Amino acid sequence: MKAKTVDKIATSVIIAIAALIVLVLAGLLGYILVRGLGHVSFHFLTSAPETIRKGGGIGPQLFNSIFLLVLTMIITIPIGLGAGIYMSEYAPSNKLTNAIRLVVEVLSSVPSIIVGLFGLLVLVNLFGFGFSLFSGALALTVFNLPLMVRITEQGLKGVPREQKEASLALGLSKWKTITSVMLPIAMPVILTGTILAAGRVFGEAAALLFTAGMSSPRLDFSDWNPLSPFSPLNPFRPAETLAVHIWKINSEGLAPDAGEIAAGASAVLVITVLLFNFAARWLGRYMYRKFTAIK
Amino acid sequence: MAQPLDRQKAKPHLAEEWVGKIYTLFCIAFLIITIISIVYFVASKGLSTFFKNHVNVLDLLTGLKWAPEGEPALFGALPFIFGSFSTSLLAAAIAAPLGFCAAVFMIEIAPKFGRQFLQPVIELLAGIPSVVYGFVGLSVIVPLFRDIFPGQGVGIAAGSIVLSIMILPTITTIATDALAALPKGLKEGSYALGATRWQTIYRIVLPTTLPALMTGIVLGIARAFGEALAVQMVIGNAPHIPSSLFESASTLTSAITLSMGNTAMGTAANNALWSLGLILMIMTFIFVFIVRWLERRSKI
Amino acid sequence: MQAFGMTVNDLSVAYGDRTAVKNVSLDFAPKQVTALIGPSGCGKSTFLRSLNRMNDLIAGCTVTGEIWIRDQNINSPETDVVSLRQRIGMVWQRPNPFHKSIYENIAFGPRYHGTKNKKQLDEIVEESLRKAALWDETKDRLHNSALALSGGQQQRLCIARSIAVKPDIILMDEPASALDPVSTAKIEELIAELKQDYCIVIVTHNMHQAARVSDKTAFFLSGEVVEYDLTPTIFTNPQRRETNDYITGRFG
Repeated sequence: MKAKTVDKIATSVIIAIAALIVLVLAGLLGYILVRGLGHVSFHFLTSAPETIRKGGGIGPQLFNSIFLLVLTMIITIPIGLGAGIYMSEYAPSNKLTNAIRLVVEVLSSVPSIIVGLFGLLVLVNLFGFGFSLFSGALALTVFNLPLMVRITEQGLKGVPREQKEASLALGLSKWKTITSVMLPIAMPVILTGTILAAGRVFGEAAALLFTAGMSSPRLDFSDWNPLSPFSPLNPFRPAETLAVHIWKINSEGLAPDAGEIAAGASAVLVITVLLFNFAARWLGRYMYRKFTAIK
Repeated sequence: MAQPLDRQKAKPHLAEEWVGKIYTLFCIAFLIITIISIVYFVASKGLSTFFKNHVNVLDLLTGLKWAPEGEPALFGALPFIFGSFSTSLLAAAIAAPLGFCAAVFMIEIAPKFGRQFLQPVIELLAGIPSVVYGFVGLSVIVPLFRDIFPGQGVGIAAGSIVLSIMILPTITTIATDALAALPKGLKEGSYALGATRWQTIYRIVLPTTLPALMTGIVLGIARAFGEALAVQMVIGNAPHIPSSLFESASTLTSAITLSMGNTAMGTAANNALWSLGLILMIMTFIFVFIVRWLERRSKI
Repeated sequence: MQAFGMTVNDLSVAYGDRTAVKNVSLDFAPKQVTALIGPSGCGKSTFLRSLNRMNDLIAGCTVTGEIWIRDQNINSPETDVVSLRQRIGMVWQRPNPFHKSIYENIAFGPRYHGTKNKKQLDEIVEESLRKAALWDETKDRLHNSALALSGGQQQRLCIARSIAVKPDIILMDEPASALDPVSTAKIEELIAELKQDYCIVIVTHNMHQAARVSDKTAFFLSGEVVEYDLTPTIFTNPQRRETNDYITGRFG
């Protein structure tokens, strides 16, 4: 009977650990939301931060995060799709392709702080983009590309071979086959992955410290000329994002309500990432149903 | 009358193929050039400490004192290297058993509940930004440790706990895949011999999936090793080797994060930080190769 | 409409070091159905896939020999494979309609090949569906998903799709093996119908089917053509012992 006792104990331990993991997440989310949501208000989401006084908001940071995300995805998606298509459809199976695969894998595991350093050296200083949204978007592109390539490759590999052959047999070019037949079928996988990647970009901070910068000019939200230095739309201005802001006020915040602001900003960040997650899940399921629908 | 096989004189599809090929090739080339330039720039900057500033490699790797702006300037990076290794290894030591148990729970004990509930929980944990982990660590774990243990609460212990939660999804996902991929007959054979579930897990499942589990653990260590902000927020950032887990310490990433903005480009102090970055990058490559080696082993 | 056939000279196919098809020479006459029969793994499908250069897609696959259509050897490296495939339709074992509407499935090919006019496309769609005996069943739901059709309907849609680009030759790789008997009968009727316009090459496992639909039959064994003759001759009076053994069910 001893083996059975051990089995029971082990099973209970495993169940307890599973419960613990759920509790950790629940505690984590609960803590952030309970502590942070109380602080979140329309004023908090729209007004500028204060350095030493109470009552600062996260308006510019929120705007910067969203703008940076859009910029990053505009650069990442076409390059990532292209590179993914190459790896999945054009790359010959030889040593060179294996080497490229290794390179992509290495790039995907380079720590984001290294990507940030690279951005500082090459984008900010060498190319002279300065601490700017544009430098930040390029750094995040570097950080995000391997994921995008993998997602695209995965999506295309999941397309049944007969679909590709059917299109080629009709006399369609390979490129047209990829863009009109294969990509639509791969779309649910690619889209779901892209949204998750976007969530990752939204929360990234380490790669941005030395590229997009840790400060924001006083933005004039009535000036929508992208060339003006105080316009929010100017991609060549420094921009502190929400995630960077959380880090900064935790390590050097002077405002008396720094803890509350950090909590509120964390809550906003986490809710956004959760929304990305749910959107990805929902969209994936919806598109799957739509594509396999039997009407 | 035999008409030619190609109906159209102009062949738009040839141009189209060409455009597609060039475009995708350009994209992949961009990726390759990027990685090559990352390696090149970080390496050339990181090596200038040794070639331009004439710091001895061994002194940097084994020196205990970090005072790049002192008189004389000292570049002992061992405290950072020690901090990085100890936090990431400890984090893996905490996360590995948890991850394995979570995987066993999802595959062997309660597959339905696991897939519907635990799986999304793990995925959400993976999605939470690292600064949020750092913030929660700073405002929950650090005060807790301060109350229980002597010291300020910051240190390697707080860092490893935060990191362990961050790498738990990586380890769990890979362990789950490995367990799910086990041939059914293997477990059934063991049950047929009268073994209990735990005996089967312990004697059959664990040994067969070990290489895959190791892959997950190494990937987790790699992620923990490269994580910057979450660790920096809870570790205390004192540049020496601590005498206890609850004493302020530093890692490679935290040192870079804190000082990169405060040193001027081209100075010895700045170059030394790039050397830390180079160590970080080399470690990343080593982790990638270990993972590949393990993956090849788990295929056999 | 002018009909064309196809002449294959000394065709061999190898995957790496393994030869799958050895020195096959066959003549496919226009307006005839030729059946390729043989046990599994005899190379008949591989052979079929070489006829529209589909094996180009498979890494490590080399095809040597000549395939003549009209006055062109389509197996030469200079051949523009994309234009070539427009002249050779193909139908697979499992129906594989595109994940698009019924209308789009048919219009997709012609539109790519230059027919942009909506009215012309409508005509092509109707004509192709009629030829594939699918028009009556689908005319009211042309814009519904093709995946909503039954397996047999899907397969006829795939045939309609391939004739919409006006090929000379149609290759069929066990087109009825995944279908129920009623759908199979419909496909066989359709093949007899299409024979009036096209040269059809069909791979089949089902010897009764070969006997029913084809004019000539080639018996493949281990990558070689053992016997090639008029279908009645193959089934009633085979010249070779192996052929006789196979059609009487002694192996395969």
